[in-house]
Amino acid sequence: MINETRPRKQSEAVSNMPPAVYLQNITKTFGAVVANDSVDLTVPTGTIHGIIGENGAGKSTVVSILYGFYTADSGSIEINGEPATITNSADAIERGIGMVHQHFMLVPNFTVLENVMLGSEDGFFLRKGKAATRKELQRLSDEYGLDVDPDAVVETLPVGIQQRVEILKALRRGARILILDEPTGVLTPDETDRFFDILRGLRAQGVTVLLITHKLREIMEVTDGVSVMRRGKMVAHKQTSETTREELAELMVGRRVELTTPRIHVDTGPIALEARNLTWHGARGVARLRNVSLILRAGEILGLAGVSGNGQSELLDVLSGIAPVQEGQIIIGNRIINNNTPTDPAELRGLGVAHVPEDRHKRGLVLPFEARENAVLGYHTGPNTGEGRFLSPRALQGHCETLMERFDIRPTNPKLAAAGFSGGNQQKLVMAREIEPEPSIMLIGQPTRGVDIGGISFIHAEIMARKAAGCAILLVSVELDEIMALSDRIAVMNAGEIVGETTRDNADYRQIGLMMAGVSGTGDAGISGMGDTA
Amino acid sequence: MTRLPAWIEYLLIPLMNLTLAFAVAAVVVMLIGENPIDALTVMINGAFVYEGALGYTLYYTTSLIFTGLAVSVAFHASLFNIGAEGQAYLGGLGALLVALMLQDWLPMILMIPLCIIGAAAFGALWALIPGWLQAYRGSHIVITTIMFNFIGAGIMVGLLSGSLMRPGQSNPESLLFEDNARMPQLHNLLGEFGIELGRSPLNLSIVFAALACFGVWLLIWRTRWGYALRTMGASEPAAHYAGVPVPRMIVTAMCISGALAGMMAINTVMGDQGKVTLGFPAGFGFTGIAVALMGRSHPVGIILAALLFGALLQGGSELDFEFQTITREMVLLIQGLIILFSGALSLMFVPWMERRFARKEIA
Repeated sequence: MINETRPRKQSEAVSNMPPAVYLQNITKTFGAVVANDSVDLTVPTGTIHGIIGENGAGKSTVVSILYGFYTADSGSIEINGEPATITNSADAIERGIGMVHQHFMLVPNFTVLENVMLGSEDGFFLRKGKAATRKELQRLSDEYGLDVDPDAVVETLPVGIQQRVEILKALRRGARILILDEPTGVLTPDETDRFFDILRGLRAQGVTVLLITHKLREIMEVTDGVSVMRRGKMVAHKQTSETTREELAELMVGRRVELTTPRIHVDTGPIALEARNLTWHGARGVARLRNVSLILRAGEILGLAGVSGNGQSELLDVLSGIAPVQEGQIIIGNRIINNNTPTDPAELRGLGVAHVPEDRHKRGLVLPFEARENAVLGYHTGPNTGEGRFLSPRALQGHCETLMERFDIRPTNPKLAAAGFSGGNQQKLVMAREIEPEPSIMLIGQPTRGVDIGGISFIHAEIMARKAAGCAILLVSVELDEIMALSDRIAVMNAGEIVGETTRDNADYRQIGLMMAGVSGTGDAGISGMGDTA
Repeated sequence: MTRLPAWIEYLLIPLMNLTLAFAVAAVVVMLIGENPIDALTVMINGAFVYEGALGYTLYYTTSLIFTGLAVSVAFHASLFNIGAEGQAYLGGLGALLVALMLQDWLPMILMIPLCIIGAAAFGALWALIPGWLQAYRGSHIVITTIMFNFIGAGIMVGLLSGSLMRPGQSNPESLLFEDNARMPQLHNLLGEFGIELGRSPLNLSIVFAALACFGVWLLIWRTRWGYALRTMGASEPAAHYAGVPVPRMIVTAMCISGALAGMMAINTVMGDQGKVTLGFPAGFGFTGIAVALMGRSHPVGIILAALLFGALLQGGSELDFEFQTITREMVLLIQGLIILFSGALSLMFVPWMERRFARKEIA
């Protein structure tokens, strides 16, 4: 059992200054769903405080109440020791609260200056407002070390810099309490490091930072204190220096979880799939893949690392038959697929290629369909669904029940619409469907995106088990930790090219991080990936 | 994710929408100085009670079932087929051509199925072209089907006042269907078994309509093809992922939709008039859209919605007959209100219901 520290104790540890944020007994319900249940939170001034919890634990609701998007049903808010009523974001801004959203709210074709000025134009003509904003930007840049060219057009800037603009926007409006909602989702490891430096700089200037995340690594690296949420409740407040990743994971999930999947070593078999010089142009002729070649061997996991939007999605589309091969070829056994011999997902499934798509909501599942209908998506012409041209509800039911039992999908209700399952269980359903036919090749995209910690270890173990059974696996993930945990070989993608490949044993976290960013670390990698990562 | 219990979603809410529509209509009736209760009584009598009234109601219902099913099949593929009107019109031509070619030689037992096939084939053809344009050329189905209504109407005017016009009279009407190519009317058919039924144009087509309902249900919910169709309609990316040949599915779905619309012609042309007249679909193709919407694109819902609209049509003409002040336009107004409340405003009560009845459905 974990000893849970009471919220009161937490504030005693710090100085006698009133806390920057003090929430007491905040409760918020949506219909029958209790999003926040008597939540307490104390954030001492001038600290970096983390809120961690799984998807749906209520983290976003707490900060939305603090920023005035929602009004709490009950409970009280104190900002810097003074009771505060925050009913909209204008109230929040007035009290010095700023927020940087997970998906940036920047006008892409405006300059940095114009974006920062937005909402404080100061009069009908822009000249005066522009001059004032320019001066202000200069001051902020000097004070906090946030260096940005005010005249650069936002869409030409790397994501890391765009995020800096978001922070500048908040500071420009006088924010002394900065809320950051999952800020690192779109950043490379290197950009993340620099981002944390910025946060430390802000803290040194007395800014209070509230960091919402589900990544344990970030909490341990940058925060002073951390609050853990589970199912709408605050389950613990901890000093970061006094806790461990394992303890936090246990608090988040409510039971002990394995954070690492034991790696299984098997002898690699023959080549199962080979891609040669794939080049692919998207709409308007933009090259999204350039000369990509890779080999998948039986009993081996090839991890494809890269910031989202660097061609991984297009590569998965081409390999799975969703997008046509334009240049180059794919070889699976005797079948050679090129521009003249096109394929489609149905044929590839027949060749033993299973595909776990990156976006389960858009592709992997039909959300309004029942689970049992989703359990045969792509395999609906196969033997598990009925006789002849007909689809038998009984066959679907039985098939789905088998999958649900084997993969521990809850609730075990095959008639429930896919939309009614949690993210982790939806993903398990997709994994179950793709694993069950025992494919010889698996293409797996973002297997644990939006999946809770307990689900992650389960899915990782399943992937590892497939490998042990001799399946050739391509694993695409923007989570470098995931790539490192599962892969035998690691390839790095940047701007549509594979820029490097290494074995897991020789892999260096920092080196891969730099390659993901385009080697120099300042390249234009990832611009197009903006907003792709949930 | 919250969901309402089925009885609320499929029974209570439609009933509330309907009641509201009638309530607003009642206010209008009062404003023109009539008693809404009297009006409602006349309508109900006119639709169900008077001799032959039920037959007329069911006759209209039959047409609406065909066009409603047509629109619904396209809806399941997320296609908005506004062209049921034109497809039905051309369906009449198909039935007529088959009849003119073969009715001198073949017996009824063959003529009726062949004419139905002719109607379905021409309806399908008239939907195939917009379907193909949508699937392979990206021309929006709404635009093309509307245009095809006009093109179809033009062709029919040309034929009915030209080469297919019946000689010896001056109306734009076709040559006649012989008795062996006519759909037997039920009051005749049942009369032979000693069952008395008021005279009405109700004919054997209603049986085919019922079969079509079952067929559509089977096709959409119980076949692999229907599964692929629904997948495409619910999520095109998922359909691509699943390997569904999307363009081909669009064309096939439109053909089935057009065939069902075309079959509406068998009810009017073969079952009642015995000839193709100018503009015989008379807006039933468009009302089919409302029927499909209100029936939630499910055969059972479509039957109920078609019955409602059929009763309105029949009861409404009685209303027009009995009251000096209430005209046919009044009936259109009630129809419009029903479409407004159960189509456009159908979700009006949902948030309110959810607050009371929502069940939590979360893992």
